[in-house]
Amino acid sequence: MVQYNFKKITVVPTGKDFIDIILSRTQRQTPTVVHKGYAISRIRQFYMRKVKYTQQNFHDKLSTIIEEFPRLDDIHPFYGDLLHVLYNKDHYKLALGQINTARNLIGKIAKDYVKLLKYGDSLYRCKSLKVAALGRMCTVIKRVGPSLAYLEQIRQHMARLPSIDPNTRTILICGYPNVGKSSFINKITRADVDVQPYAFTTKSLFVGHTDYKYLRYQVIDTPGILDRPFEDRNIIEMCSITALAHLRAAVLFFLDISGSCGYSVAQQAALFHSIKSLFMNKPLIIVCNKTDLQALEGISEDDMKLVMEMKAEAMKTLIGQGGEPTNDEGVLLTMSTLTEEGVIAVKNAACERLLDQRVELKMKSKKLNDCLNRFHVAMPKPRDQKERPPCIPEAVLEAKAKKVEQAAEKQKKLERDLENENGGAGVYSASLRKHYILANDEWKEDIMPEILDGHNVYDFVDPDILQRLEELEREEGMHQEHEADDDFEMDGAELTPEEQEALAEIRKKKRLLIQQHRVKKSTAESRPTVPRKFDKDKQFTSERMGRQLSTLGLDPTLAINRARSKSRGRKRERSIDRGDQNGTDDMDVDGNQPNKKLRLRSRSQSRSRSKSRPPYEVVPGEGLKDSAQKKKAVKLAEKSHMKRNKDARKGEADRVIPTLRPKHLFSGKRSTGKTDRR
Amino acid sequence: MNNIMKRFIRCIFICKKPKDIKCFGFFLPFRTRTGTMRLEKCWFCSSTVYPGHGIQFVRNDAKIFRFCRSKCHKNFKMKRNPRKVKWTKAYRRVHGKDMTQDATFEFERKRNRPERYDRHVAEETLKAIKKIDKVRVDREARHHTKRMKGKKAQVQKEAARELEQSIHMVKAPAVLQKEPSLTLAKVYQKQTEDRMVE
Repeated sequence: MVQYNFKKITVVPTGKDFIDIILSRTQRQTPTVVHKGYAISRIRQFYMRKVKYTQQNFHDKLSTIIEEFPRLDDIHPFYGDLLHVLYNKDHYKLALGQINTARNLIGKIAKDYVKLLKYGDSLYRCKSLKVAALGRMCTVIKRVGPSLAYLEQIRQHMARLPSIDPNTRTILICGYPNVGKSSFINKITRADVDVQPYAFTTKSLFVGHTDYKYLRYQVIDTPGILDRPFEDRNIIEMCSITALAHLRAAVLFFLDISGSCGYSVAQQAALFHSIKSLFMNKPLIIVCNKTDLQALEGISEDDMKLVMEMKAEAMKTLIGQGGEPTNDEGVLLTMSTLTEEGVIAVKNAACERLLDQRVELKMKSKKLNDCLNRFHVAMPKPRDQKERPPCIPEAVLEAKAKKVEQAAEKQKKLERDLENENGGAGVYSASLRKHYILANDEWKEDIMPEILDGHNVYDFVDPDILQRLEELEREEGMHQEHEADDDFEMDGAELTPEEQEALAEIRKKKRLLIQQHRVKKSTAESRPTVPRKFDKDKQFTSERMGRQLSTLGLDPTLAINRARSKSRGRKRERSIDRGDQNGTDDMDVDGNQPNKKLRLRSRSQSRSRSKSRPPYEVVPGEGLKDSAQKKKAVKLAEKSHMKRNKDARKGEADRVIPTLRPKHLFSGKRSTGKTDRR
Repeated sequence: MNNIMKRFIRCIFICKKPKDIKCFGFFLPFRTRTGTMRLEKCWFCSSTVYPGHGIQFVRNDAKIFRFCRSKCHKNFKMKRNPRKVKWTKAYRRVHGKDMTQDATFEFERKRNRPERYDRHVAEETLKAIKKIDKVRVDREARHHTKRMKGKKAQVQKEAARELEQSIHMVKAPAVLQKEPSLTLAKVYQKQTEDRMVE
């Protein structure tokens, strides 16, 4: 049984696409580089290859098209006719013919141009020849474009045709539009055909499959046929006519006796009689549908007569088959697809009739005889009239009965049901502790703490924990007794409060010293080390010294006096010298002062005091004009010699310019202003 | 950020899987696999890590390090030895500051085999925990006092020595000769004025 499969036909590209495909392939698959410096034979070969390659590709693709599309004469006449009905045989053949001519033309072009290329004498000439060749081939395809489009459409439609096997068991359903053919096929097969109240809902053949007696039957639903002369029929009707004509199938002629399809019984009968020629040699069953609206018995007399006529015709086919001529049950059947009564009966009857006919045919043919010889069904001859029914042992019967009982009795309530009862998944939370096995069932709902006082309770769990705890407590008791004995500490020599005070003072002083030292150490690098006599902050005064000494318990007066006398002159000395205004040197040895240095010093100091003047007063004999000049002179004199920087202040020499030419001043543009001067 | 369990680069975060529905009432060891909570010990400082705190680091050899806070975590990352870091329990134990071996420590032991629930046992356990705690605390206090014993005498000795050696800082040697007691020198006041006034 060959399954006609039109789905395997390759896609037919449109003209433009076809050209694009072939040319791009030529470009990709052939070498692309050629220079005019190459040997001429090489250039010629290059371009000839391109032309030949293009031609070859066109040839291949067109050949596949021609071969894959079915030849209407070679396939089953049913398909041939169907395709003719749908696509018009002539057009189809023409299209394919055009493709064929195109193929030949392209071949010729290629041959001619290759011949010319053999004599091409420059790269330019060869190139133009190749361009011309390819161009001509492409125009051929362009001209053939409409045929390609037509073939593509056909291919798409053919792929969607129902896969009807013309040789297998088939049941064909025909009748007026809207009588209930599609409903019937929906009922008996898994086909899902559109059922609508308007006529010509079914526009093409539909196939369904059904089973009967372990055999598969094809059920074909056809579009409705109207009663018209043959020539006036449209494509849709022609489909069903074709099917009727070519398929060897059981025919179910559907009759709508209620008239709700819009056509009377008379019209339907007329149709029947006009196509009865197609029912030759086919088991025919007349099916009266829609009996829920109108029963067969209730129709009018005229209609009844017509129906009987049809039945008679159908009987003729029955007789012709060689079945029992008197059996007229399977010829006229009633059913209603809406209420589904009689549907199965119809199907069975149709299948039965078809099967009988096919078996008959097979029996008549020669092939069957070969098979018949090979098998033989043996029937044991009964030796007496005793009944021997199948034997089932008692135990098995009991077990079966018991099982049935148990299944009925056992109402196992699932957790799921419980959950649903109590509010569903989010509301009810199952009690996981229900099935715990514990020593005492009261403990099932006990909540055991997991953590207590920073310990994990589970780490302490022990059946004999009490015993161990008792031991521990006993030990503890013993320890505590011992402790009481040892609670005695040596109390050594304690310091008196005054001594403690002294110690505190010592410690304070030590701390202070350490702190000061730390400060000194940390600032040593940046701090100038100035000797004490140049003390700017007046830290080291004699009063301070006096205080410190007195806290140590010493008498400071001597030390203070000594310090004072060293730093300035005594009052008495000064007052004596003041009286002596002339400035004559008093060469008296000062008996009071034992120290020579001090004597000399005091004299000079006292001298300077007695001769004090305002700073810039011009003294006659100095050689200066006025006080301004003197000022200037003094300034110059001071500037000429640098006073020694004894208190470690920052001086001229300490001025440091870290970067002499900083980059930000000596480079770059300015947002405003000029950069003439840097 | 205390309550967030962070993911470390080589760390596998141990997910909290749903409770196993078993038919027996077991004391289940830790929630990580069966749904209970557990207090852990910080690897660095040995303090307890409560649920929701700290970080857990799983090394490639599957050893788990738990830290109570980022301080311990950072110290670990610096590869510091907890036995040398003063404030950790490990240091204190090693250097004898805290009690090391004691019977009270034996009570708390990680159990891997679950026991069947028994209400009496549970009650006893809970009461026992409190008592054991008290005992342990007492013992630690005792340990501490024992450690501190003799401190007083030593302190006194040191004080006396310091006083004797550094007395010159608060009392001039001349004054010390006159008054040999180790007390503060009396601050020298000018007595001449007083006398003159008189």
